Amino acid sequence: MSSFTLDGQTVTFDAGQTIMQAALAAGIYIPRLCYHPDLKPHGSCKLCTVKVNGRQASSCTYQAQDGLVVESNTSELNDERRALLQMLFVEGNHFCPSCEASGNCQLQATAYELQMMTPHYDHFYPDRPLDASHPDYLLDFNRCILCSLCIRASRDVDGKNVFALSGRGINTHLIVNAASGQLADTGFSGDDKAAHVCPVGVILKKRSGFRVPIGKRSYDIRSIGDLAEPGES
Amino acid sequence: MTAPPKLKIATTSLAGCFGCHMSLLDIDERLFDLLELVEFDRSPLTDIKHCGACDIGFIEGGVCNAENVHVLREFRANCRILIAVGACAINGGLPAQRNHLSLPSILEEVYHTSIGLAPGNAIPNDPELPLPLDKVHPLHEVVKIDYFIPGCPPSADAIWKVLNDILAGRKPELGHGLMHYD
Ligand code: SF4
Ligand code: SF4
Ligand code: FES
Repeated sequence: MSSFTLDGQTVTFDAGQTIMQAALAAGIYIPRLCYHPDLKPHGSCKLCTVKVNGRQASSCTYQAQDGLVVESNTSELNDERRALLQMLFVEGNHFCPSCEASGNCQLQATAYELQMMTPHYDHFYPDRPLDASHPDYLLDFNRCILCSLCIRASRDVDGKNVFALSGRGINTHLIVNAASGQLADTGFSGDDKAAHVCPVGVILKKRSGFRVPIGKRSYDIRSIGDLAEPGES
Repeated sequence: MTAPPKLKIATTSLAGCFGCHMSLLDIDERLFDLLELVEFDRSPLTDIKHCGACDIGFIEGGVCNAENVHVLREFRANCRILIAVGACAINGGLPAQRNHLSLPSILEEVYHTSIGLAPGNAIPNDPELPLPLDKVHPLHEVVKIDYFIPGCPPSADAIWKVLNDILAGRKPELGHGLMHYD
């Protein structure tokens, strides 16, 4: 059977699997934010960057090959991952104590795992108005990390194309595909895959906030590194 | 044999709610152990008004007005190690949720146009009042900060762990269960 090594440990894989998929199957945690097992990988957040035979690559898009030497849990890579997280925190408005996703949030849980004690950089404090137009769901863009999971879920699973990215570089932002730009004017519903894949606290169900108290949520109970499937809670 | 000299700690709350100080007091009887090792200089606990030369400065709250800037600089000038404690000190926290609004529009709404105001209500302009800053900032955007204890507030155990790591000369780390942003 084909195998590669990940931080010295032998990992077997099936043909066609990525390094991320093989690692997940072997129960090894590689930090990730834009990967979801049910969706096509996008390779954009770069949290899952590993060294493959000495060169950096995104493990969620890199095909596993026999004999590869992969490094992941090294201080060099974890320092870079922490810097990426810090940039994500300062580019948005992440006030965890008042966020419904707190404790279930993969950005926060990954930052805990990587010992992010401070966002380090200067904060942008952007102005990003909410979209509360939909009867059942609220969009709080302040916390969007542009992972595109909702876009891929809506396009590839729900067949609805509700979300898209607009703008370039630092101006990139999430938009709703409707002439009004409002979620209420799309076919979005709570049964959509797109309603359940956001790794942070943007796409929120109304009238269900704080049912589970802070301190009793998924990542309060176990760390994200203890192998949780993304989106599982 | 004489005991080693005690380390001096100063504490203050800037744009905070004193929740982090409450959490510090929540270390409960461990305060006795702490007091074997440290003595408090400027702090709401001692009511000393200005900080002398200190080993550790413990600051909760972000920077929202001119006085906060002066106090923060006094701490930086006098403390060998400065610790930002809690969400507000680290990212501005709840007070920073005003940052996407203009300061004049906030003052206007609070003191002029909101409902239920007494007739003749005006924006306070007593010279004793520190001027608000245009934006609320976390401490590290104003002075160099050496260590951070996240949490809103950090638990007593998290504060105890970081203080002990620092007193023992270790790099502070918070494992699962102690590291919280909420
Ligand atoms: S989305 Fe996550 S990191 Fe952002 S405020 Fe909410 S809990 Fe915190
Ligand atoms: S709303 Fe959520 S799922 Fe969609 S791009 Fe933003 S962070 Fe990703
Ligand atoms: S998880 Fe691989 S780039 Fe985001």
